[in-house]
Amino acid sequence: MDWLNAVLQGLLLGGLYALLAAGLSLMFGVMRIVNLAHGVLAVVAAYMGYFLVHNFHMNAFLTLIVVVPVMAGIGWILQMGLFNPSLKAGGLAPILVAFGIAVVLTNLLQALFTADTRSIDAGMIGVQSIQLNDTIYIGVFPLITFVVGVLVIAGLQVYLNRTRDGRAMRAASDDKDAAQLMGINNRRIYAKATALAIGIGGIAGVFLGIRTQFSPTYGDATLIFAFEAVIIGGLGSLWGTLIGGIVLGVAQTVGAQINPSYGVLFGNLVFLAILAFRPTGLLQKAVNS
Amino acid sequence: MTLLNVDAIDVHYGDFQALYGLSLHVEEGETLAVIGANGAGKSTLMKALAGLMAPTSGTLTFDGRDITRVPSYKRVPMGIALTPEGRRIFPSLTVEENLKVGAHSGRPGPWNLASVYEAFPLVSDRRDRVGVNLSGGEQQAAAIGRALMSNPRLLMLDEVSLGLAPVVVEQIYAAMPAITGNGTTVLLVEQDVNQALKVADRVQCLLEGRTVLEGTAGSLSRDTIASAYFGI
Repeated sequence: MDWLNAVLQGLLLGGLYALLAAGLSLMFGVMRIVNLAHGVLAVVAAYMGYFLVHNFHMNAFLTLIVVVPVMAGIGWILQMGLFNPSLKAGGLAPILVAFGIAVVLTNLLQALFTADTRSIDAGMIGVQSIQLNDTIYIGVFPLITFVVGVLVIAGLQVYLNRTRDGRAMRAASDDKDAAQLMGINNRRIYAKATALAIGIGGIAGVFLGIRTQFSPTYGDATLIFAFEAVIIGGLGSLWGTLIGGIVLGVAQTVGAQINPSYGVLFGNLVFLAILAFRPTGLLQKAVNS
Repeated sequence: MTLLNVDAIDVHYGDFQALYGLSLHVEEGETLAVIGANGAGKSTLMKALAGLMAPTSGTLTFDGRDITRVPSYKRVPMGIALTPEGRRIFPSLTVEENLKVGAHSGRPGPWNLASVYEAFPLVSDRRDRVGVNLSGGEQQAAAIGRALMSNPRLLMLDEVSLGLAPVVVEQIYAAMPAITGNGTTVLLVEQDVNQALKVADRVQCLLEGRTVLEGTAGSLSRDTIASAYFGI
């Protein structure tokens, strides 16, 4: 039963990793940008949520109404102001820009909020659980996280497949010059993609802040987990990212079941095994060809 | 009325000059074929007209408006569409999605999914297939359909017949009356001179970035065209 419990908890944790990784996956899929600032941006969202709960006594979940649009706006500005110009300078430039953004934001958070760890207080819902049998309990909050993760990935997939802008993103991903010939303004469509990616990163950040304690440097670990989820699932595939998140989550909780200090190690081992034996990831690419 | 006027444009690739003071005009409703051997500058001209390359001097006027500095994505809503060399079908999108992307600018007009499928049975049969799995002829037909989805006033076709079997070329050109019948102006680039003469009202022949011959399709003899084409 302990093992089943570990797998179940890992599955739910995977929902959070998928949320964290979805934006990373989207930005890579559409623009081939490896956004090294994604983890820090999620932590920025966590601080925003913390700030609203702590100072205005907002409900932790209601902070999303503020945090997500603000993060999406930040994404738009970063794309228009920094990433778009850097894309002209080749593949390495956007990575360096992202790295720079990560450093600046981490230090900004240190200056504003100090290096103390914080956590977002979600009230009772943060600690409630549902009893399945004598030994297995499912936390209400991890369950909400998982459901939101699945819904976000599904929604994003529908957006990319069914809407005019979603199709334009996939077209620009395939061939950006040909996309221009269709009347697509690549810079704007990229800005929309990044706004979407960082907005989703905002949801992930608030959920992360409710689940665990965080500090300004927490973005590094967050980024690594998100990366591992993307790679395990397969670059550019959104459903793959969800599966990657779940595989990573299960590996971590099963590892922790063996020995509490093995959790992260097991996640990394599964990631390395995937890189060694199936480097394209579990699912083939879907966003790009 | 002159729909497109190209006035003495120079186009460079770095230090290499591809077009030398090239001028050209297309009247509304006519079909102009630009012919010439490899390296004559035909595709460069197309790229400059679509906005993918900027002329280093000279001006482009479309419907009386100077578009020399207008970016390519803004030329589509004005009614300029290019079927590029190599077709450039989006490989991961289905044929139908490719067509829908073609309608991104939302210009109203006679062309929509139904009318494109009617004009190109080749495309209609493959609507759910992804671009990467299409044959060359299917790609070319889909690329023309995709350009038509923007309901262009000026449709530019680059190297339609390149690399295609003659029977497929026939099928694709069979749709030309449906296109020009709507009053659409066509600017055609062809290496296949016979094919160009069949569909064009007027022909302009380029050689090494300059115009060497221009006239109505009926008025030019084979010999005149051949000597202009090869520069002899």
